[in-house]
Amino acid sequence: MIDYSKILAKTVVEIKPSGIRKFFDIANTMEDVISLGVGEPDFRTPWQIRSAGIRSLERGQTRYTSNRGLDALRQEISKYVERKYSVSYSPKSDILITVGGSEAIDAAIRAITNPGDEIIIPEPSYVCYEPMTRLAGGVPVIINTQAENEFKLTKEELLSAITDKTKALILPYPCNPTGAIMDECDLSAIAEVLRERDILVISDEIYAELTFGSKHVSIASIPGMRERTVMINGFSKTFSMTGWRLGYACGPAEIMKEITKIHQFAIMCAPTTSQYAATEALRACDEEVEKMKEEYDARRKIIVKGFCDIGLECREPKGAFYAFPSIKSTGMTSEEFCEKLLYAKKVALVPGTAFGESGEGFVRASYCYSVEHIKTALTRIAEFLRQI
Amino acid sequence: MNVKILKLLEKNARMEIADIATVTSLSEDEVRREISEMEKSGIIRGYKGVIDWEKVDSSSVSAIIELKVTPTAGLGFEEVAERIAKYPAVESVSLMSGACDLTVVVTGKTFQEVSLFVAKELALIDSVTSTATQFIMRRYKEFGVELINNEEDGRGTISL
Repeated sequence: MIDYSKILAKTVVEIKPSGIRKFFDIANTMEDVISLGVGEPDFRTPWQIRSAGIRSLERGQTRYTSNRGLDALRQEISKYVERKYSVSYSPKSDILITVGGSEAIDAAIRAITNPGDEIIIPEPSYVCYEPMTRLAGGVPVIINTQAENEFKLTKEELLSAITDKTKALILPYPCNPTGAIMDECDLSAIAEVLRERDILVISDEIYAELTFGSKHVSIASIPGMRERTVMINGFSKTFSMTGWRLGYACGPAEIMKEITKIHQFAIMCAPTTSQYAATEALRACDEEVEKMKEEYDARRKIIVKGFCDIGLECREPKGAFYAFPSIKSTGMTSEEFCEKLLYAKKVALVPGTAFGESGEGFVRASYCYSVEHIKTALTRIAEFLRQI
Repeated sequence: MNVKILKLLEKNARMEIADIATVTSLSEDEVRREISEMEKSGIIRGYKGVIDWEKVDSSSVSAIIELKVTPTAGLGFEEVAERIAKYPAVESVSLMSGACDLTVVVTGKTFQEVSLFVAKELALIDSVTSTATQFIMRRYKEFGVELINNEEDGRGTISL
């Protein structure tokens, strides 16, 4: 009999499994559950994009691409990033096409982290940064962003987390789960610190196109930041291409060379069909993206008003597709609230603590659902609040 | 006129006024007023439910009839089209480019009823020179709403 606890990699075994998973495993066994839990667009990938993918399959374009990805796609990315975020990246040396933004984040962390390096991670944020940092041998340093600051990362918070071991900051804005964004002012403030202390930035901008009322600003466009930033973006959220698994990383050639090395050995290349489809997405789908964004905006307004109307304080999220209402008025913990709500009214929300300790007292509700679905969920939550 | 409200109503005619107000950042009164004005001016002509009658245990048959029409002097196709539109059995009338002049959708209880309507009413109109009837066997999508149920996609549990 093998004793697996003795043979598996310690670092991996010690990583806590995602808290969200167990929750959804339970929710999935129940009937008639209304979920506001999933962080995935409910729109189908726009037809033009699917069509481009299908055409490439019909033509038999099913073999490896170069490690960095299709030339045509990297050129479109270069144009797109220049047009949207005013940062220049050379298609040849500064851009890498990856298996989702996820692979880009992982490879970027691995490319820059020496054992013992500290990586600053603002929370509440997406659950992958901490485990990825640990797997790379780094030390995660958590900053608990505050609701009073709209969950933005402040200069002061950053300064207090920096030590002489700090290698990089992970900057996840627009943010899952808080919906927070950082504008030019906010970014300039922390950029000053980052330049001074010579800290790198891994900027997860996967929700860059989902900002409401303002245009997304990339920290790479702030003076002095391009040379120390890896900008990560992708197609999952913007173009509703989650299952196509396609993302990209842009950065200074020297950093991208090393990230590409990891990608080359571990992945070879991102899915070819997805790359062809994505090329079409960047060329021709601005209008489709606008339509989806308008729909998200409508749902965003409805869900925020909905939570406020039933007595749960909910700030207006400026980006991504999540509302992050506070449940502090109920006196329950986030986990307690979500569990009780699930069993009593069969509504699935994600406890804020799944995204970090600073998520305590909050719950995440995604609005990747129809207005009717959202309203039904809100009605049941209201009933639940009256009962407790 | 408010195009945003129109688009919302087109998608869901039963959307609550309060929700339209939230999404358009107008007050409920303003929304009611806009809708009322658009109804009066004929921009909004009605609100119809999209029913999958195949699921209901009542018989209903529809046909698309292509008509060739001799236009009347001075009025063109208008007179005939307007006359045909008056029949309750007629769901829609459209003037077409191409080989046929008017396309008419007729609904009745049985194939026979629809055929008789075409033969006894439409075909006998003076300016109608020929009719070609095609029965609708099954509807898959109507007014932008898919009527077919999608199969389980077997994705499994998605967490995150």
